[in-house]
Amino acid sequence: MTQPRPEVLQKLTPVLTKRWLSPDAWKIDVYERLDGYAAVRKALDVHPDDLIQLIKDSGLRGRGGAGFPTGLKWGFIPQGDGKPHYLVINADEGEPGTCKDLPLMTYDPHSLVEGAIIASYAIRASRAYIYIRGEAVHAARRLRNAVKEAYAKGYLGENILGSGFDLDLVVHSGAGAYICGEETALLDSLEGFRGQPRLRPPFPAVAGLYASPTVVNNVGTIASVPYIVLGGADWWKSMGTEKSSGPMIYSLSGRIANPGQYECGLGITLRELIELAGGMKPGHNLKFWTPGGSSTPLLTAEHIDTPMDFEGVAAAGSILGTTAMQIFSDQDCPVYATWRWLEFYHHESCGKCTPCREGNYWMVRTYRRILSGQGTYQDLDTLQDTADNIFGRSFCGLGDGAATPVVSTLKWFRQDYLDYIEGRTAPRLSEKALVGAH
Amino acid sequence: MSDITVDFSPAAAPLAEKLLEPAREIIARYPVGRERSALLPLLHLVQTVEGHVSPDGVAFCAEILGINKAQVGAVATFYTMYKRRPTGEYLVSVCTNTLCNVLGGQEIYDGLTEHLGVGHDETTADGKITLEHAECLAACDYAPVVTVNYDFAIDEATPDAAVGLVEKLRNGERPTPSRGARLCTLKEMQFQLAGFADEREGAVADGVAGAPTLRGVTLAQEHGVAVANFNIDTPITTTKPARDESAKAVKDPAPAGAKPPAAKSEGKIASAAKRAAGAVKTAAAAVVDKAEHAVEHRKAGAPVKAGDVKDPEVRAAETRNPDGSTPTPDASQTVAPVPGTRTEAAGTAKNAPAGDGKPAGDTQRGESIVSEANAAHEEQSTASENPGWQNAQRGTEEKK
Repeated sequence: MTQPRPEVLQKLTPVLTKRWLSPDAWKIDVYERLDGYAAVRKALDVHPDDLIQLIKDSGLRGRGGAGFPTGLKWGFIPQGDGKPHYLVINADEGEPGTCKDLPLMTYDPHSLVEGAIIASYAIRASRAYIYIRGEAVHAARRLRNAVKEAYAKGYLGENILGSGFDLDLVVHSGAGAYICGEETALLDSLEGFRGQPRLRPPFPAVAGLYASPTVVNNVGTIASVPYIVLGGADWWKSMGTEKSSGPMIYSLSGRIANPGQYECGLGITLRELIELAGGMKPGHNLKFWTPGGSSTPLLTAEHIDTPMDFEGVAAAGSILGTTAMQIFSDQDCPVYATWRWLEFYHHESCGKCTPCREGNYWMVRTYRRILSGQGTYQDLDTLQDTADNIFGRSFCGLGDGAATPVVSTLKWFRQDYLDYIEGRTAPRLSEKALVGAH
Repeated sequence: MSDITVDFSPAAAPLAEKLLEPAREIIARYPVGRERSALLPLLHLVQTVEGHVSPDGVAFCAEILGINKAQVGAVATFYTMYKRRPTGEYLVSVCTNTLCNVLGGQEIYDGLTEHLGVGHDETTADGKITLEHAECLAACDYAPVVTVNYDFAIDEATPDAAVGLVEKLRNGERPTPSRGARLCTLKEMQFQLAGFADEREGAVADGVAGAPTLRGVTLAQEHGVAVANFNIDTPITTTKPARDESAKAVKDPAPAGAKPPAAKSEGKIASAAKRAAGAVKTAAAAVVDKAEHAVEHRKAGAPVKAGDVKDPEVRAAETRNPDGSTPTPDASQTVAPVPGTRTEAAGTAKNAPAGDGKPAGDTQRGESIVSEANAAHEEQSTASENPGWQNAQRGTEEKK
């Protein structure tokens, strides 16, 4: 394994991941020794509007995928409306390839609790929820323990640190539905219903949880807040690019020597990240990769120098998403990979809208046929047509996410499909997988 | 809500006897009038006893929340973690989503299927192991992964390691998970999913971070890389005094005499079921908790309002999901007859009338909310000034 060059190493920005090196940082006394809860004291000494302005100035953008400016989102909450406001933290991490929020909540849960207190104070919420993915049991254990410790030390509950600000924080475990990562589906789920997305408008900022103004933010977004409060907006902007400021945890997985979490300033390239990760696995050459989970259009080896920030990835025709980079090599088949993703979207489609529910059902079957060696040329047209009818016509982004690997593999790797259809690639699936395909 | 007493039906009474107190703790976490938020944790709670959600479990949740069984059933069947058949002592999940799949997850799953003789969501005859193939478990840097009761059990797993794991489990051993807490049974795990602390001594401390998690930050440490100029005393620009009326939050209506929810919900769980059993008196088939001050009394099967019905605010989900007494075209029979025997109760539950109205809520909600949609327009105009964002939003709002 070759060592990364010094100039590439300098692109590492350990901020949110820094405390992970302290094995006991999940305990409140250790956390407090590592600058913990200093930001809450500082934040409670200024007016909430000044905090919102600070976050706007920092240029912080949502870490959950869409990259919406966080300060702007907080500013949308109508103040003086006489209604309770809510903060809901989206910890339903489940986008294939994404694994940054779970370690954060497991090894540094108090940073999320502290961020939640500051964000709630800024938007004038006296109740906040962390909706954590059901399967994330160890992270939930640590998080519940952190909440309990924070109550005991007076960081949560009534009259926090003598400020007159009250906050109750509840950790709410989901029950295994990917769709609940969509913010309005998450709100329905939190209200005790099936997790199905809502029509917007009204946006959650006006009518979110319990039809009250609600901010829904990702774990990484909220965990960034204490650092901005401590270090200031200008310090935050010293990382990343002009429009995509700050550090980002890049989740690298797949055919590389050292998969893992690498926190770097936004705008780093895949080439540099692979260098940090010790290069490709021996014998593997980069073929295709997801810039931000499977719901973002796949990129290929020619995009290796694309800056990994919101603008750079968009210019390359994809989306930064959750910076979950699944890296595949020339030994992986893009058709097979797409089929497995579609099985996932098919399973997770909530069934509310027809394009997503029916489209995924049929695309899965078409893929099974191609992979079992019985595909036809018309199948490729059917796939393209179905994907086009899902994309932009579904109720929420899940349908769009399902269509993107299909469209992007058809665009970049049509030959791989033809190899199955024309018999050059051996079938990957057996006949029994074909029930219902004809 | 926590002050309401409920006459449980014969179907729900045995569960109520065990679960009433923790159920009330769960309900107390949510604002008054928003008790339905407790449904997901309540369904997890039911699984602590049954290992799955049975018709009795559905009845218990419905009766304690004052909604009908069809509404509970609709939710219970939507989420994959609510099991519809009895489960084994351990749930073994193998990730077969794309990345784990190509790195060997499929072979591991196929190997386990063959070794155990069960398929997806099936349980071995000895009642020890339920097997499932899971979608992305958020540990791709350790691919392929296998979890036991959702704790990461084997990282970079192989078919042999997975077979070795299930053999140990079947022999009564509890191998230490790679990055989770020491193993418990699936039913015990459900108690934590219901939102209660893990009371096992030291369990929270179990599991150290693996090398992949720490790779970037370790590399930075080894090479002395740090972000410069981090000064925690950097001043925040202020434009107004910290404390004025505009800084105050509007609170939820407080439950009468209630303690802070989290204070209630943490810390006293292990014996909760026993204490509940002791605290609840059972008379014939009805359970009436006389320890709590009763402000409302409810009979099983009686049409009980869900609390939000008179709320002038337009509710997204509730508009589509009226409670049992809301007159909707197909809800005429949502009030189930009170069953006389336990068997009959199970039968009734299995044939519960479909009570939910058809999803008519969207348009209605969109129209009636217009008056307060100013901020939404603001948000929209932002989107139109920046169309790139809107596209990004459409494409990526699923990311977690």
